[in-house]
Amino acid sequence: MTDLTTRYLGLTLRSPLVASAGPVTGDIAMWRRLEDAGAGAIVLPSLFEEEIEHEAFAVDFAAQHGTDQFGEALTFLPELPVAEVGPARHLALVEKARELLTIPVIASLNGTSPGGWVRYAKHLADAGAHAIELNLYDVVVDPTITSVEVEHRYVELVEEVKAEISIPLAVKLSPWFTALGNLAMRMEVAGADGLVLFNRLYQPDIDLDTLTVVPRLALSTPAESRLPLHWIANLRGSVKGSLAASSGVYDGADAMKLLLAGADVVMATSALLRHGPEHLVVMERFLREWMVARDYVSVNELRGSVSRENVPDPQVYERSNYYQVIHSWRQRTVR
Amino acid sequence: MNPDIVDANEAVAAVAHLLSEVIAIYPITPASPMGEHADQWSASGRENLWGAVPEVIEMQSEAGAAGALHGAVLRGALATTFTASQGLLLMLPEMFKMAGELTPAVIHVAARSLATHALSIFGDHSDVMAARSTGFTMLCAGSVQEAADMAVVAHAATLETRVPVLHFFDGFRTSHELNTVYVPDADVVRSMVSDGRISEHRLRGLDPDRPMLRGSAQNPDVFFQAREACSPFHAAVPAAVQKAMDHFAELTGRQYHLADYHGAPDADRVIVVMGSGAGAAREAVDALNARGERVGVLALRLFRPFPTAQLLAALPPTVRTVVVLDRCKEPGAPFEPLHLDVLSAMWHSDAGHWADEERPRVIGGRYGLSSKEFTPAMVQAIFDEAAEANPKNPFTVGIHDDVSHSSLVWDPDFRTDRAKVRAVFYGLGSDGTVGANKNTAKIIGGNTDMKVQAYFVYDSKKSGSTTISHVRVDDHDIDSSYLIDEATFVGVHQWSLMETLDVLSLAARGATVLVNAPYPADQVWDHLSAEVQAQALAKQVRLFVIDAGYVARTAGLGGRINTVMQACFFALAGVLPQDEALAELKAAIAHSYGARGDVIVQHNVAAVDQSLMHLHELPLGAAVTSARHRSPAVPAAAPDFVQRVTARMLAGEGDLLPVSALPPDGAFATATSQWEKRTIAAEIPIWEPDLCIDCGKCAIVCPHAAIRMKVYEPDALAAAGVDLKSKDFRSREVPGMSLTVQVAPDDCTGCGVCVQACPSHDKTSVKRKSINMRPIGDHLERERVAWDAFLALTSADPAQWDPASVKTSQLRRPLFEFSGACSGCGETPYLKLLTQLFGDHSLIANATGCSSIYGGNLPTTPYAVDDDGRGPAWANSLFEDNAEFGLGIRLAFEAQRRTALSMLDRLRPELAEYLGEADIDAIVAGVDDNGELAIRQQRVRVDALRAALVAVEHSDARRLEDLSGTLVRKSVWIVGGDGWAYDIGAGGLDHVLGSGRNVNILVLDTEVYSNTGGQASKATPRGAVAKFAAGGKNIMKKDLGLEAMTYGDVYVAKVALGASDVQTVKALLEAEAWPGVSLVIAYSTCIAHGFDMSKSMTQQKLAVQSGHWPLYRYRPSGDADAQPFQLDSAEPSVPYAEFADSEARFAMLARSNPERAKELVALAQADVTTRHGYYQQLVEVHRTAPGHADNAAIAESEDES
Repeated sequence: MTDLTTRYLGLTLRSPLVASAGPVTGDIAMWRRLEDAGAGAIVLPSLFEEEIEHEAFAVDFAAQHGTDQFGEALTFLPELPVAEVGPARHLALVEKARELLTIPVIASLNGTSPGGWVRYAKHLADAGAHAIELNLYDVVVDPTITSVEVEHRYVELVEEVKAEISIPLAVKLSPWFTALGNLAMRMEVAGADGLVLFNRLYQPDIDLDTLTVVPRLALSTPAESRLPLHWIANLRGSVKGSLAASSGVYDGADAMKLLLAGADVVMATSALLRHGPEHLVVMERFLREWMVARDYVSVNELRGSVSRENVPDPQVYERSNYYQVIHSWRQRTVR
Repeated sequence: MNPDIVDANEAVAAVAHLLSEVIAIYPITPASPMGEHADQWSASGRENLWGAVPEVIEMQSEAGAAGALHGAVLRGALATTFTASQGLLLMLPEMFKMAGELTPAVIHVAARSLATHALSIFGDHSDVMAARSTGFTMLCAGSVQEAADMAVVAHAATLETRVPVLHFFDGFRTSHELNTVYVPDADVVRSMVSDGRISEHRLRGLDPDRPMLRGSAQNPDVFFQAREACSPFHAAVPAAVQKAMDHFAELTGRQYHLADYHGAPDADRVIVVMGSGAGAAREAVDALNARGERVGVLALRLFRPFPTAQLLAALPPTVRTVVVLDRCKEPGAPFEPLHLDVLSAMWHSDAGHWADEERPRVIGGRYGLSSKEFTPAMVQAIFDEAAEANPKNPFTVGIHDDVSHSSLVWDPDFRTDRAKVRAVFYGLGSDGTVGANKNTAKIIGGNTDMKVQAYFVYDSKKSGSTTISHVRVDDHDIDSSYLIDEATFVGVHQWSLMETLDVLSLAARGATVLVNAPYPADQVWDHLSAEVQAQALAKQVRLFVIDAGYVARTAGLGGRINTVMQACFFALAGVLPQDEALAELKAAIAHSYGARGDVIVQHNVAAVDQSLMHLHELPLGAAVTSARHRSPAVPAAAPDFVQRVTARMLAGEGDLLPVSALPPDGAFATATSQWEKRTIAAEIPIWEPDLCIDCGKCAIVCPHAAIRMKVYEPDALAAAGVDLKSKDFRSREVPGMSLTVQVAPDDCTGCGVCVQACPSHDKTSVKRKSINMRPIGDHLERERVAWDAFLALTSADPAQWDPASVKTSQLRRPLFEFSGACSGCGETPYLKLLTQLFGDHSLIANATGCSSIYGGNLPTTPYAVDDDGRGPAWANSLFEDNAEFGLGIRLAFEAQRRTALSMLDRLRPELAEYLGEADIDAIVAGVDDNGELAIRQQRVRVDALRAALVAVEHSDARRLEDLSGTLVRKSVWIVGGDGWAYDIGAGGLDHVLGSGRNVNILVLDTEVYSNTGGQASKATPRGAVAKFAAGGKNIMKKDLGLEAMTYGDVYVAKVALGASDVQTVKALLEAEAWPGVSLVIAYSTCIAHGFDMSKSMTQQKLAVQSGHWPLYRYRPSGDADAQPFQLDSAEPSVPYAEFADSEARFAMLARSNPERAKELVALAQADVTTRHGYYQQLVEVHRTAPGHADNAAIAESEDES
């Protein structure tokens, strides 16, 4: 029997296929289907620092908007027993997930700056999350802020979050760092038990009719899995903690490649949105069939077997790889 | 037991909620908060004494609430309601029934003026006095604590006596005053009501197991006897109430009597008074007795049944003059009601009871109407008058009556206010000053042994309003039922108020004055006006300054300076040690803002920390150095009445106006808002002609008519010698003209709706539009000059352009301008447009509500006149009667026109010498001609007729002169909000819809009772949270338009300016043109919806796109194959959830009850889909207007007459 179990953040998962944070994992009705389809764990939608602040300001606005201005109408909305802004719904989601699921539940926290809000990590842990995924999601447009400052802030944030919790912590990064390897190491030192590679930045669009900038989040494409594959293969030998691959994981082949590159788990979001939770069954079948065909008995056996440190020519994962790809593409094009 | 810091509305509601099974409610100021509390408590599952959650139901009117109450108590439930003023009047018929049937019930009333010559939301006893013949027991409370306690007594007494109780306390002064109060807890309340009596009440209830008949019809043989049969029950009430009071005293230590006397045991003069006035009177009595006088005050708590024996027993036998004070006016009566009752008691008293065996004389007077101040100084004046041999009787006190000379003169320097801290705060409604002071009162009252009192005065505007907070702190109970007039602390929270109000007039000598100044501390003295400097020096105040705006912005609070100023108050006032005070403040911030999130708490705490660093004491200058003076309230060019009267009101000096200054019948000249220059905007729109495409959208959406378009001959600018931005006006009809778009900088509220609506932008930078918000400081002076020049500029005749487009409609002058409506108001653009299209010949009947308040609340009036002096004639009758009221106006006009036509016909021979037959025929033919040019031509004809009539020696000629105006078309508009149209006025509206008469009805649908603070109406959509629907409304909004369409001959349009401005213009023109009833339902975005009002129009668009507000027109036609229904909006293209998520009224439910919110939004989406499908079917329906033939007949009969 093929053994798909894997260790991620110190947790034992029955499968390396994990449902990543997104609309599917935010829908309670999908949870059971994900579990039944074989998900190793689920990552619940992110609790956003920005969202918490935005919501706080929105609630504050609603609470004071137009109040105490006119003798007949001192307020305009009833005072409702509104739960504490921000985390309450997420905490409830975590509690519900723990109640309904047997697979590990990973709560996600999204922010970029140290501060009081990191206490929500503790709340999420208290609500029953098996682990926290901290999504460092930042668009630094201020030209006076240096990359050193940004990375320092991230390290501080990871330290603060780690100090709040006793459960494992994964850090989800963007790929846009000058020296990602170094940052990965510093994240580990700061307390990260694992890295999730990568998040996908929001890229606004322009509406040609109204000439307004509109938010538009496109789903990932399979080609995007090359980026995590590249970095996981590179980092597998240098980081001690877990590695999770995210972005562009569409089928079992994508997943298998990432495992071979060194991922402990492979996370799918867009594929599940497009094809539904049951797509995990298809992916898992591929993994099993591939392993059986090649006589692999466990994921542990194959994990990282094609990582940078385990390939005969590690340089293929380095800069020369770029030339090789271009070269091969040209050859194909010419033909 | 710890005290609460609450107002009477909350305290009374708490008791009533504990003691009720059914609570039927309807909003009316100042009683609405009682219903709101009850609704919220029930929505959150709070239980009554018997472990059940009271059923709280909002009815369509107070009449409905009383009906439901009547049904509930007759069934044997414990039930209550809350109301005031006109609301109580609507309950009167049911009250006679409930009392006549000896059915226990309680009505809690925040007593308020009745509308007479004017509406007033403020407190007096004219409403409760109108209920004195109902048979209800009437119990009065004079303070917040008393209101809480009397509420319990009321419920206990009604069960004990079977006589229903009206419990009242003074509107605003008591209903809205925060005070240190012990609200009776459940144990006390439980001990006060008898299970046996409750059981008896229940067993008397209607029950088919024990069938009885109630409400029989009786005849002369037995009615009289039966009516007398209840007498013993009423006779037993005084003793039962006193017994309840005594029992209450045993439980709480607070002893009350039916008539409570306070003062010298051997007093020679005693005031008898009900309500909060007793507080001021007691203070004065103590002060006067301390200086050797012998006076007293008797606070009467039970008014019906009148406790004659208890009143007589409470009065000292030594009294020689009893002065009865009534807080109402009953024109034509020998005296006011309480006065008459006391007179009667005295008359029947045993002379032997009194010193010298002579009954005391009784005099009386009126005081405190509409919350007019009633102070110890006035009490002193009353006692002085009572000592006169021939006192005025009746008198008035608190005003200067130079017409009937009834008023007493009081000494303003007689003061008895000894509270340790007497603080007055001037703020703007938007800056959070009131909220901060409520919070301050709760911090002090909740964390110290000191007592607090806080009372708030608001002006009549809904945008840029001024608030004045009066906060007292003392070691003893605070019973001072009047405003602070000698403050130990004055906080001026907005620098602009230094310019408009005499802010130091209330400062005591040596007072601490805290000013929020947008200047460096060392420059503030130089920025003060000469008046302020002089007062500061004369009173030797300690002056502290802070740039609170800077601190608030730095702390991330934007323009909310409340926390900054609150921190400074605690630092300076000395109520608590500074460290302790600031720690308490931070704790209060965490408590108050905790639920809004950490970031809000952190910002406010940061503001506290930074405040003291930026607080500076400003040494007073040596002398007055400023050459600047407070601006006059109105410009010198304002008319005489505005100068003499309006300006005083604007300056906060309305109390000083004598009776003769005011019209006796409530009739005021219009067009006065133009003289009130408020300058409240931080940013104003500035026009960029190079980008402008002349579309008129900025002007049509402006809620305050502060953006105008004017088209003129190109050489007009030079001719007028003015310098204005100008561009060519694109027009096929009349080419070669110039256009200016101009802002009225002092009248703009800075809402930004115009910029949102502007479709034109710079091709090289999309953020630059053809109109952009800019800081007022950079543009005010230039735009003021430009505005004056714009007004002076001679316009081309707008009638050259068909008004049926947005652009051309906006060339017409608005005759509704600069109202006090909320910044960004969604209602006022419709009214403005109405006046642009029909204003010079319109009569407007306006239901009570927002539109009657910003339309008719003094000091100034936004309805304006054109160059010929014509403009809307506007009247507000009531809330409930507006459709009928408007119909009456129409009927009167038509009757007068028939009379005029009849006389014209009779006078043909006499007129022949001056007017040809054809001229007269043309007048007759043109009486209902529509359109600007046609009306103008008819006016010329009628002017000729008037000129001719002068020469005619015939009595009919004189009469026709009076009525000649009716020979020109008049447009009757019946205007009101959804509270009126969907709820309280629905019956009347329906009748008018079915009348076939030529009236136009404009419903400004905000989907909520906006004016009273956001209570649900039948227009409130499913899924929205509103007061009285705190759990989210679960019923679909009523389709008023569909109801109206059932008549078949009613023109109906549903419009939303922000979604289709051109459809709105067309609809109004079509409504006016339709010769029968027209109904236009206008989507009106409102501050109660909970979004940034600068997005008012884009939000309307979203409402239409989501299908929340479909646009259509139903145009009745006599054609045999008519398809009257036209759907003007496309198929919904935006999910309802997206619309709902953008407004707090929906989004709040998603936060408090996500599952229910989701369910309701799903249902609302289904509503949208179903409705759209139904409307699409209507498009195909053929229908010939049934009223068409009738209308034709009416028209013919008019012609014949």
